[in-house]
Formats: sequence, C-alpha cells, structure tokens
Amino acid sequence: MAKVLMTGNAAIGEAAIRAGCQSYFGYPITPQNELTEYMATHLSRRKGCSFIQAESEIAAINMVYGASLVGVRTITSSSSPGISLKQEGISYLAACELPAVIVNMSRGGPGLGSIVAAQSDYFQATRGGGHGDYRTIVLAPSSVQELADLTGKAFDLADKYKIPVIILGDGILGQMMEPVEFNHEAPAELPVRRDALRGAKGRPSKFIKTFTSNPSELEEINWSLFRRYELIKRDETAYEIFLAEDADLVVVAFGIAARIAKGAIRTVRTEGLKVGLLRPITLWPFPDEAVKELVKRMKQFLVFEMNMGQMIEDVQLALEGKGEVFFYGRPGGVIPTPSEVARVISRLYYQKGLSK
Amino acid sequence: MKGTIEISRELCKGCELCVSFCPKGIISVSDRLNASGYLPATFNDDGECTGCAICALVCPEVAIEVYRG
Amino acid sequence: MKKVFTRPKSLKRNTFHYCPGCGHSIVHRLICEVIDEMNLQDKAIGIPPPGCSVFAYYYFDVDMVESAHGRGAAVATGIKRAFPEAVVFTYQGDGDLAGIGTAETIHAANRGENITSIFINNAVYGMTGGQMAPTTLAGQTTTTTPYGRDTILEGHPIKMSEILALVEGAAYIERVAVNSPTNIRKTKKAIQKAFQVQLDKLGFAMVEILSPCPTNWKMSPVEAWQWVDKEMTKVFPLGVIKDRIRSKDAD
Repeated sequence: MAKVLMTGNAAIGEAAIRAGCQSYFGYPITPQNELTEYMATHLSRRKGCSFIQAESEIAAINMVYGASLVGVRTITSSSSPGISLKQEGISYLAACELPAVIVNMSRGGPGLGSIVAAQSDYFQATRGGGHGDYRTIVLAPSSVQELADLTGKAFDLADKYKIPVIILGDGILGQMMEPVEFNHEAPAELPVRRDALRGAKGRPSKFIKTFTSNPSELEEINWSLFRRYELIKRDETAYEIFLAEDADLVVVAFGIAARIAKGAIRTVRTEGLKVGLLRPITLWPFPDEAVKELVKRMKQFLVFEMNMGQMIEDVQLALEGKGEVFFYGRPGGVIPTPSEVARVISRLYYQKGLSK
Repeated sequence: MKGTIEISRELCKGCELCVSFCPKGIISVSDRLNASGYLPATFNDDGECTGCAICALVCPEVAIEVYRG
Repeated sequence: MKKVFTRPKSLKRNTFHYCPGCGHSIVHRLICEVIDEMNLQDKAIGIPPPGCSVFAYYYFDVDMVESAHGRGAAVATGIKRAFPEAVVFTYQGDGDLAGIGTAETIHAANRGENITSIFINNAVYGMTGGQMAPTTLAGQTTTTTPYGRDTILEGHPIKMSEILALVEGAAYIERVAVNSPTNIRKTKKAIQKAFQVQLDKLGFAMVEILSPCPTNWKMSPVEAWQWVDKEMTKVFPLGVIKDRIRSKDAD
C-alpha cells in the first residue's frame, strides 16, 4: 500500500485496527489524545468492535481485563500519570496470564509533570510496575513506522506468550508526523482466543483467579511465570546496532533519544570519532547479550536517556563491571538536540583518550 | 444616575459579551488591534451610561471599572 | 462619581490564560469577591484540578494545592480533618468531579465533610482538546463522540447534583450558571451560601456551575453563553437541589 503521513498516535490506532484489535478503552490525557480520538472515529462504529472513553484510567484497564478474558484483542493507552493508575490492573493481567496491549506515550514527571516527552517511565515499565513478581514485554519504537510495526507485533507477542505488552513511546513520537506504511489489512474476523472464558456450555466450568490461600500454590505460579519469561528472553530480545563495528565508544539509547543520538553520532563521525549506537528495541527483555558482545571490543558506554538515569542500571548489570559506563540525561520533558549530545560524546571521547 | 466606565483595552480579549449585554448599546468593537491580537471593546461615551455595571459583571477578564454618581 | 465595580483584593493581577468568553474567570472573580466579603483570605485553602483551571493558583491569592485528577474531595478531606480551622474548597471540572472523581466526591459528601465544592460543568474536556465529558449532552459532537454522543453506546449526561443530593452528609447543593447577569448574581449568592455552610459546620456543600466553553463548543462567546440556556439547562435544570439547612432554621 502507499505511504501515508500520520501522527504517531494515529498510526498506533490504525496499526491496532489492522492487527484485529476489537476494543479500545481509554481516557483523555495529553500527549496521546489523538490515539483515543482516532479510535473514537475509526473503531467505535466498526462491526463487532467497541470503544469506550472510560470514567478513569483504572476503569479502562479493568475493561481491558474483561475484554481479554473473553478472548478478544484489546488495547488501552495513556501517559505517565494515567499509567501509574493502571498498575494494579496490569498486575492482575500478568497474574491471570491475559494478553493485552498497553500504550504509554510518556511525559515529564513526577506528579502532573509536563505534557512533553520524557523517558522517565523506564523503571515503571520494565520492573513490572505494579505489585508482585511479574514482567511485561516492553517495546520501544523510535519512529512512526516502528510505532505502527511494533503495535502489530505487540498483539502477536501478547497472544503468543499470554502476557501484557507495553509500548513505551513518548510525546514526541506520538505527535510527530512521518510517512508510514501498513503492512497488512485488518482481518475480516479474528478467531476468539482458545482459552477464553465464554460460558461453560459443553465443558466443565472454570474460574480465573489471582488469589490463593495456599502459599505453595502461589509459589508455583510465580515459578511458572518466570519459566515463560526465560523463553521470551531467549527468543524475543530485539535491538539495533548502528555504526558500532569499529567503535571505541558506544552510546546506548532507546526511543526518541536514539533518534537524537543517531544525529549526534553522524556528526561526530564526520570528525573522525569512532562512535556507535546500541538501541534496545525490547526494553524488557533487555538485550544483555548485545552489551556483553560489544564489551569484548570496546570498553566505553555512554548511556543517554531523557530521565535521571534508569536504563543505565540495566547496562551496568549486563556489563558486570567489564566496561565503563557514563551517563547523560535531561529530565522533565526537556528535549536535547543532536549537537548538544554530539558535544557530550566528543568531550567524553577526548577525555578518555580514545582518539589516540 | 450618571455613570462611566473604563475598559482596559490590553486586558480585553474581544469576546463581545459586554457589547451584547449593555442595556444602552453603547459599547462596540474597536477596529484597532491590541497587543495580544484581539479587537477590544470600546466605550462610546455619549452620556447615556447609568453605571449599571452589567458590562463589568459579565466581563471574564475583569477589564472594566465602573463609576457612578 | 465613585467607583462601584473593581477587581476583588484576593484576585491576583495576572492576565487570565482562559479563552475569550470562558466561564472560569467569571467564577474565579466571584469566589474572590466572596472570600473578600467573608474575610476568608487568611484561612482559605483551595484545591484546583488538572484541566484548564490547573493554573488557578496564578489567580487566587490564597494558599492552594494541586490534586491528582479527580481526587480533590479526598485531598480536601485530609486537609480539613487535620486542620479544621482552614476554609477548604475544591474547584473541579466535569471530568474531575463527575468522571474519575465520583467515588471520592460521593464519599466525602457521605461523610458530611465540611468542605465546599465548586463544580464547573461545561460539558466537555477543555484542556485536553475537546473530548466528551460525563456531562456532555446527548447528540453533542466532541472529539471522542465525532458522530454525536450516542446514549446507547456512550450513556447519558450524568447529573451529579441530583446524585449527591441523595447522600445523607450533603447539606446544600445548588445548580447555577454564569451565562447572564442575573445568573452570575445568583451564582455569587450560591457560592456565599456554600462557604457559610462550611463555617457553620453543617456538612458538605456543592455549587454546580454551568459554564460556557466557546472554543470546544466551536461557537462565539456570545453564542456559547446562549447555548447554556438553550440546551444545557434542559438537561441540567437550575435551582436549589438540596437544602437541609432550610428545614433546620425554618423555625
């Protein structure tokens, strides 16, 4: 199909519809309203589909829980403060092994924060976020095309592993307009998920629960969830390496920060600095192996994030002390420029004597 | 009872509510923009004003002061 | 001649960020007039919501604290219980009070918290760009009801004043509007009474104020002010919804 110009928020909506998503439950919050509005226009009157602007983000995640329970593809979206509200619901989804897609177009925090892009929800997204031991897959697109592609992939991963999947975007990605191509048409009808709860006709009744009065039972549930997480780590980790084959210094960045970093790296490369980029695409599972491979060839890692330092901990954990890690961050919704990041890279490069 | 008003033309956002509600119809829209880009309300002082203060009551910007005596 | 209308003392001299013809700034001015006349400036603590009026602290010259979306009544409860001498008021929009904050509001009213709630009902979510509100009218077009609010899919506009009147701890509830000189005068009286109920420790008081939103209704200010009468009052009738005080002092 032809390329169309769309905002990131709208592209998520279109990609979800084409992935066979049948229900959207959300609530207005800047900077993701264009997604809610897109679904109100394009999903609400589609046959067999439902759109609800819920009374709150908590209501919306519980509606997602209900729709997922009965076997349909379902999605909710919000931004940082609203995602905080959803944490209990996400813990329940994980506990019940229910697929769902949750979109966070992050903004500055904490508190009501700012309405512009930040990356300060990394910990919230990758460490479960709610109470209990669980994980969700976290995808970090860095372009409108990738937002569209990863939205489709999110539904597939959620169904395959019976796990909630978080798309961690931000206010810039949501609001920017880029050309985007959609790679498949919406299915005429998606089969209902095999293990869905739809009434006990023809089979013994079953119940879905997360509570148990038997700690050993809960222990086994936790072990079983984590065995599945090991499979996801083995098979679904994704990342991009950019100009790192001969690099002395690698920048590690995700999402919109990676776009900015690429601009900075192209600039310093013209001055002869050998710098590359590792861009995690799955933030959970984090590409530990990619880091361990890179540190065999170079020792300097500059983590660049729009927060006070969150992904840096995963880089440090993966390195196990084998490399040196530096940090550059701007929190609150301030958007660093490529030339600013280029200056930071150059200064570090020369301070570390890498130009010799 | 005679009255007069003072409209702060820089505070006015040109909503025209005072124009619409003035019982004497002696407020109109200026044809000169203010610094914010609005066409503010302007008082046509012809001696008709009674200082009823309806204009000030409906002004969202608290841009009107009213005198009576 | 002497000056007969001037800015209230407790209204800061900042230019309002609100759109031309918006009802928020009228209500801000009325609340400040009441605060001046009842001498509450030193004791007042106000709680604005997320939304267009999130910047209320630039206009009210009293102590103010931002609350999370919808939680104003709970924050007010915490303040009033810990510091009963304060005169506590929430200032909430229709999403805040009638959507995400229904539980907190109903239960604060049920407990009869001595707080005053100012509820601005403009039938739309303003700050976020014009989405449906719980009080959006049937058939009204918004960015999330692009085909007009369909009551089968999206429910009916919710009448919080009537709902809260059923709750035992609610002492005084009135619905007013700020779309005409007469209505503006009545709104001020209602606000005065709502603060008096708090001072007299009689329970929860709320004033629901129908307010124009020209920008998101896509009308001129004059048209928007008329639309409040033409359409909103058909669904949200003006008047005293509950006044438990009257029966108390009827002797």
